[in-house]
Amino acid sequence: MARRLALTFGLPLALLLGWAFLTSVGGVKVYQLASPADVGRELQALAASGLLWKNLAASAERVFLGFSLALVLAIAVGSAVGLSPRLERALDPTLQAIRAVPSLAWVPLLLLWLGIGETAKVTLIAIGAFFPIYVNLTAGIRNVDRKLIEVADVLGVRGVELARRVVLPAALPSLMVGARIGLTQAWLFLVAAELLASTRGLGFMLTEGQQISRTDEILTAILLLALCGKLSESAMRLLERRLLHWTDGLPA
Amino acid sequence: MKAAISVDGLVKRFGDRVVFEGLDLSIERGETLAVLGASGCGKSTLLRCIGGLARPDGGSINVESEIGFVYQEPRLFPWLSVEKNVAFAARSELERARVDDAIALVGLAPAAHLLPKQLSGGMAQRASLARALVRNPSILLMDEPLSALDALLRLELQAALAHIVRRLGATVALVTHDVDEALFLADRVLVLAGAPARIVLTLEVPAEQRRSRTADLTPQRIELLEALGVSGVAREPGRIIPLRALRAT
Repeated sequence: MARRLALTFGLPLALLLGWAFLTSVGGVKVYQLASPADVGRELQALAASGLLWKNLAASAERVFLGFSLALVLAIAVGSAVGLSPRLERALDPTLQAIRAVPSLAWVPLLLLWLGIGETAKVTLIAIGAFFPIYVNLTAGIRNVDRKLIEVADVLGVRGVELARRVVLPAALPSLMVGARIGLTQAWLFLVAAELLASTRGLGFMLTEGQQISRTDEILTAILLLALCGKLSESAMRLLERRLLHWTDGLPA
Repeated sequence: MKAAISVDGLVKRFGDRVVFEGLDLSIERGETLAVLGASGCGKSTLLRCIGGLARPDGGSINVESEIGFVYQEPRLFPWLSVEKNVAFAARSELERARVDDAIALVGLAPAAHLLPKQLSGGMAQRASLARALVRNPSILLMDEPLSALDALLRLELQAALAHIVRRLGATVALVTHDVDEALFLADRVLVLAGAPARIVLTLEVPAEQRRSRTADLTPQRIELLEALGVSGVAREPGRIIPLRALRAT
């Protein structure tokens, strides 16, 4: 047990010590790198003023909305494309081309179309999260064991029933992989969206910290992002273990 | 007696390869027919045509009633428990009510809640059989259902299968490459050979020796092995020929 704890927390602890060393004895100036204590104080001040929760909540809400939107759309479009060769021929090349565009290239257009409000941010996040989910789901559907489909076919299970009872459950592992990558992408695009134009959120803390040369605020935002990313990843893994307990692979 | 399955002038091609060029076959109600043949001779294709899994290129196939299909692999849905896998085949309340009976009949009642990944090979194949039984089919098509199992388990499941088939009174078409299995389970054994495949031998298993593992079947064994083109079979009365799977021949 102690050994496992040491294995899990060894590296973060070493990083923290190294950081503390650099900023105290190491002679790194505070405008270059704030000390762990500075960051702790900043965190406390933010919590006391209520700004911490405001920023966290703003970012979490954007990620949640953008990711949910992406998930719903990717499942709908991905299932349709995966299940129908005709739709695949009609839609997939275009979607792959759109996917090839670095998603940040959409930013100017989104700003023009949707302004600098929440809609543009959520849309950008959704674009970022959509493709990993879509790509993995369609690949998963394509790779469903033909033999299982044959079993269903012999039993007269076809069409929508076949999709619901066989194809989609069989593709669920791929969908979950896509969703996990998509969620990571969502946090990535959140920062991109908030760096551009926002008045709250973790990305806003980053820009504000840079403008007023407060490395403690920047580091606080970075730490919070790391924490949020890790937490949502863990939540996803938990969900995965729940939904995919039937798979016969190595434990994730 | 009326035929449960009749195949008339079956033609089946895969590209240039002609598998059947006018094959006739009929299976009576309640009869168990075993089809033997070397690998790739078309015996599985025959079964798939009868079961509607492959489309014939000519001829006609008449199947009198509901079919249950058992495959070489269990083909269970990995995300469903044994019970739900079996229930997958149920279309009505009546058939759903039969799920427990089917599971009990194959001897899996204690394992009904398990997932496929928790089953041994034999258990999985039993579950697969239960799924085929839910619709109370009067015809069972089995495509080498036991060939993936080890030898001891195969003997055990052959006995279980014989028992179940007798209880149901089902008509069975069994494709196998195991001569002993064919002689144990079947009332009649066919050997398919050649390209296009023809029936090169039809053999009635003597009524008093069906569902028994008797050495008295030695002449029949020799006859079947010769029809399958297995060389080196000695014709010595009373001697039991050691039989291996014929897949390699």
